[in-house]
Amino acid sequence: MYIDAYGMESRALNDAVRACGEHSITIAHCIGQRYLGTALSDKALSIEGTPGNALGAYLNGGSIRVHGNVQEATGDTMNSGEIAVFGSAGDATGYAMRGGKIFVEGDVGYRCGIHIKAYRENKPAIVIGGRTGSFLGEYQAGGTIIVLGLHTDGLPIVGNFCGTGMHGGEMYLRTAQVPARLPVQVRAERVAALPEDAAALVREWCALFGREEGELLRCAYLRLTPDSSNPYHQMYVGN
Amino acid sequence: MNMYIPPEYEVVRDTERCIACRVCERQCANEVHSFDADTGKMTADGAKCVNCHRCVCLCPTHALKIVKSDDTYKLNANWDNQTINEIYKQANSGGILLSSMGNPKPYPIFWDKLLVNASQVTNPPIDPLREPMETRLWLGKRAASIERDEKGRLKNTLAPQLKLEVPVMFSAMSYGSISYNAHEALARAAQELGTYYNTGEGGLHRDFYKYGKNTIVQVASGRFGVFKDYLEGAAAIEIKMGQGAKPGIGGHLPGAKISEDVSQTRMIPQGADAISPAPHHDIYSIEDLRQLVMSLKEATNYEKPVIVKVAAVHNAPAIASGIARSGADIIAIDGFRGGTGAAPTRIRDNVGIPIELALAQIDQRLREEGIRDEVSLVVGGSIRSSADVVKAIALGADACYIGTAALLALGCHLCRSCHAGKCNWGIATQQPDLVKRLNPDIGYKRLVNLVGAWKHEIQEMMGGMGINSIEALRGNRLMLRGVGLTERELELLGVRYAGENM
Repeated sequence: MYIDAYGMESRALNDAVRACGEHSITIAHCIGQRYLGTALSDKALSIEGTPGNALGAYLNGGSIRVHGNVQEATGDTMNSGEIAVFGSAGDATGYAMRGGKIFVEGDVGYRCGIHIKAYRENKPAIVIGGRTGSFLGEYQAGGTIIVLGLHTDGLPIVGNFCGTGMHGGEMYLRTAQVPARLPVQVRAERVAALPEDAAALVREWCALFGREEGELLRCAYLRLTPDSSNPYHQMYVGN
Repeated sequence: MNMYIPPEYEVVRDTERCIACRVCERQCANEVHSFDADTGKMTADGAKCVNCHRCVCLCPTHALKIVKSDDTYKLNANWDNQTINEIYKQANSGGILLSSMGNPKPYPIFWDKLLVNASQVTNPPIDPLREPMETRLWLGKRAASIERDEKGRLKNTLAPQLKLEVPVMFSAMSYGSISYNAHEALARAAQELGTYYNTGEGGLHRDFYKYGKNTIVQVASGRFGVFKDYLEGAAAIEIKMGQGAKPGIGGHLPGAKISEDVSQTRMIPQGADAISPAPHHDIYSIEDLRQLVMSLKEATNYEKPVIVKVAAVHNAPAIASGIARSGADIIAIDGFRGGTGAAPTRIRDNVGIPIELALAQIDQRLREEGIRDEVSLVVGGSIRSSADVVKAIALGADACYIGTAALLALGCHLCRSCHAGKCNWGIATQQPDLVKRLNPDIGYKRLVNLVGAWKHEIQEMMGGMGINSIEALRGNRLMLRGVGLTERELELLGVRYAGENM
């Protein structure tokens, strides 16, 4: 099904998507409509243009492809499914994701992958082609974040305060430089090659965006992991 | 060096009555009691006692009592024993002081300085035993546009509403902070009473989806257990921005309390800390809040009311005004006496403001701005009796949340040791042997008894005022008078002094 979103209000567009019985839906001329694909579990959305905030919030399966940039809170509390952005993403991408995958061709803004957590078979993953803003993976409790650093603007691969409050999961940054002021409970180590599950994610990213995987798989990465899953257990005294 | 801190309470055993049956020993998870085989007598270590009264209640011969120790440091009105002991604890450990349940400090309780009106001679009282007395109400947006279909019939443009048979709901307590059996008792009681219980930010156990019509699910910064089925299974969704016991502080469930079952419900790994920080890192403005409200509505097809819960803090009226414009249907305000499963002592005892003042000012502000009907107001922290409920509604609330009172009905004795996870009453614990002490069949009946009794009392007080519908009491401040309050306090509460005429 094809929906021309030009001039449509968010709610009308979302109602049209929900009402559509077909599996594949193409939305053209998207200009800022919010909450697209919220809590969908079995559709394949293809979006041309720029969707608004909270694209794919509570996504429960299926796929969303965006041919353009996305705004804030993409994949908020996503449970499963896949979001691929052929462009860059705004702030709070993948907030509190519990499962599924987000692939971003370009950069992401601030607070990407905050609170992402793993649960049993659910292992959320975010793969970013370019660089990220500050607060990457704050309070990360599980899952995998990979930053490929293919940006060309010369800025650091991640901003400030990377991994603050991190207590689970892992990050792979394609850089030799340890992020500035990494919190004490986060360990940074150089790995000569990505482990298989992370490499598989990079291959998926390359296949989506038509990039050569060779170089990205052969090089060294910086792996960030928390020292403990109970970082605060010594902090309190019963009163 | 660890400074010795003398026990606060002493276990006193009447040796004439004690039959050394060892019930107290078996009942105490803190291992206060022990049996001395040499003498054939029971002994007690008061230093371990949290004063939960489990042993006192279960002793078959009533041989036990707990008394405040009369051991004291040199008396000092500024440096009392508690203050000194807290210094020792922190010097011993370097830790943040951690406490549970509501603020126990002697701050003024404005409920106790408000008196309710009754009719005499003119506008006579109504006898609830023979006249209908309506305690049913709806929570949600009341502002609706009038639209008609092509045949001229009114279209239903009213936003989704929560129907309550009594103006009391059970406030948010997560599975993890309280036990499975406590949750079951709350859920079943809510169903029987025609009201709602609240999951807190701990997810919804699979077994309790069947109580969905009486369940409010919570969404907090950590988004524990939040997914499509959870949102769709509930009657309403509450966004937790703050909690009265710890405004500005988030949730932190230690890994040790995350059992297999709690882990499944929260959808997080077993044994790892569950951290839910105070700030939602995607919310920095009312516009951002609106985004979360609307995405939740979108996820549930606009069929469920969305509640935004905030702690009562200094700028509560302006915050409430913003929330009323965020698309939320209901605002829940939690006063600084609200309970908690664990909070830093200093936050619990020093941050936030009394719910009475916050409520009066929020209701006033929303009326002045002409947006009172955009939202319903629910208040909690702490509502202790039906009289508090009546006063809260007269001050402007639509309904109340009760947490501590509900736990007391389940057996809690307010020992304020929830954070230790060894609740002898089977409420604030995940230890299977302790949890099974709370029988949900009995617990839910006790909750139904409590709220049912309150409902009768509310009807009696309403009848006395000559009011036969709870909605006619809402914001009816002429039904209240103050005693022992300053001019400024009366002004903030919007009530007159006792003895003043209309």
